[in-house]
Amino acid sequence: MTAHGTTPHQPIFAGDVLAKLEALYPKYPDKRSVLLPALWLVQEARGWVSDDAVREVAERLDLTPSYVRGVLTFYTMYHKHPVGRHFIQVCTTSPCGMCGAEDVARTLVEHSGCGDLGATSPDGRFTVIEVECLGACGFPTPILIDDDFIESVTPERVPELLARYP
Amino acid sequence: MGYPHPIHPRETPVLSQHFGQAAARTYTGWVERGGYQALRKAIGMAPDDIIAEVKASGLRGRGGAGFPTGLKWSFMPKDDGKPHYLCCNADESEPGTFKDREVMRWTPHALIEGCAIAQLAIRADVTYIYIRGEFTEPYHVMQRALAEAYAEGVLGANALGSGKRIDMVIHRGAGAYICGEETAMMNSIEGRRGNPRIKPPFPAVAGLFGQPTTINNVETLAAVPAIINRGAAWYAGLSLSSPKSTGTKLISVCGHVQRPGTYEITLGFPMKDLIYDLCGGMRPGRTLKAVIPGGSSVPIMTPDEVEACPTDYEGIVAHGSMLGSGGMIVMDDSTDLVYQIMRLARFYAHESCAQCTNCREGTAWTTRILERMLAGEGKQSDLDLLLDLSDQMTGKTICVLSDSCAAPVVSGIHKFRADFDACLSRVRPAVMAGV
Repeated sequence: MTAHGTTPHQPIFAGDVLAKLEALYPKYPDKRSVLLPALWLVQEARGWVSDDAVREVAERLDLTPSYVRGVLTFYTMYHKHPVGRHFIQVCTTSPCGMCGAEDVARTLVEHSGCGDLGATSPDGRFTVIEVECLGACGFPTPILIDDDFIESVTPERVPELLARYP
Repeated sequence: MGYPHPIHPRETPVLSQHFGQAAARTYTGWVERGGYQALRKAIGMAPDDIIAEVKASGLRGRGGAGFPTGLKWSFMPKDDGKPHYLCCNADESEPGTFKDREVMRWTPHALIEGCAIAQLAIRADVTYIYIRGEFTEPYHVMQRALAEAYAEGVLGANALGSGKRIDMVIHRGAGAYICGEETAMMNSIEGRRGNPRIKPPFPAVAGLFGQPTTINNVETLAAVPAIINRGAAWYAGLSLSSPKSTGTKLISVCGHVQRPGTYEITLGFPMKDLIYDLCGGMRPGRTLKAVIPGGSSVPIMTPDEVEACPTDYEGIVAHGSMLGSGGMIVMDDSTDLVYQIMRLARFYAHESCAQCTNCREGTAWTTRILERMLAGEGKQSDLDLLLDLSDQMTGKTICVLSDSCAAPVVSGIHKFRADFDACLSRVRPAVMAGV
């Protein structure tokens, strides 16, 4: 299904991605339970979960698009809009906050060019968001850049860390 | 061990003895360290005998509630002809808590072995291990270990050649603290929004997919192989506080200590020694101001309360708080408690699933009032307002997220009044237009 003459939706569940989805079915007694892993597959393949993707997932799992959207919006880690090429999550909850996390967040926003938390840099390279507790409180400040979990980040380390993600 | 630090002589490493050893992550490395002997033994035992052994060990839930594990397992029906499920709660996300991630990162096979034994005990068909989405490294380590365990024939249709079937699935969360609540976790596995369910029915009656289900924390399950190997009496005897609090406990310590990390102590270990000896005490020139001993959901302790407090379930209650998850946040005299409590309230406001009014509105109001006070626009009456609000948020909702937001607020106002008074006295004078 396409909207207003945009490029036709290329199915996500084809080839390897379809094989991965089908491998999930035997792990659960019903198809609805495959919803969270299916949304992860979409995000891995496309970087975010579009309305077309919601419809495709719904069709595959015998659910309605509104049901899928209801679940999708409950979970913060699924991107409902496109994000930068590298997605940065910085923990600023109390234990990290006490140990300088807010300075780390500020430095990340400045050096990435994002300008604001939640925004994407004009070159499309980074999006930086503040998250609640990454569960590595003894190693302030933990950040996630894409799937890389990086501990003990200080403002001084930020330029070097960002340089690793072109 | 106090990962990332070497084992301190006063620690009792049972679960943590192989932390930091990359080889312990592999099947071969785990077997070389005595792994899967307990599972072999458990396969030869009657399910009720496994439960009896765990009951006798005194093991209690390590995720926060402290419910006796063997007793929980015994609630599962027998010969009811229904599928049974085990859920392993690896959704560790209570601020201050980072112990389960070390279990999964360093000893994934210990967790798989513990789940397998529990699965036999409660006659479960499948274990779902629910790992929070942000735990990318533990997720990949666990995935690899699970694939190895299947390839080596530990799991599957003929587990360790016994003819018994043991299956396990890793289910990845996607960013919702509330999914650590057991009924929300079951909804999340079922492909639903992570809203907690009303109890009863309790999970042992109607849990995951409507079937009898037991939910245990990572640390609880990882302790089971050692209990089966070495016996209930050995485990119970490790504690300084037997018979009520037995065995060892991983305590993840963070905040203003010199050596933050995950330490393993026998329950009953003096809290003061944990902070000053194992963790090296405060930074130079600083003194202790406050401790949140069991993850952000428990009341804040004063240095006086810490002074003679044994680190165990009953001891911490007697000294004004709770053991909770064992996630300890230590704060020195540079800390503004009002600001830190506001940050915690903001956490709960962000994580509220929003289905109960008192929680949805209460966590947001609490945050706003504290923010207003910190912005210099507080009123003396705000303290009574916060206490009244906290009262409306305690014991009135489906789950305890709302209560958890109230705990640091109430204990903070009662025990650290000076910080609140100082905040209120910083009230910004009105700016006179045109002056």
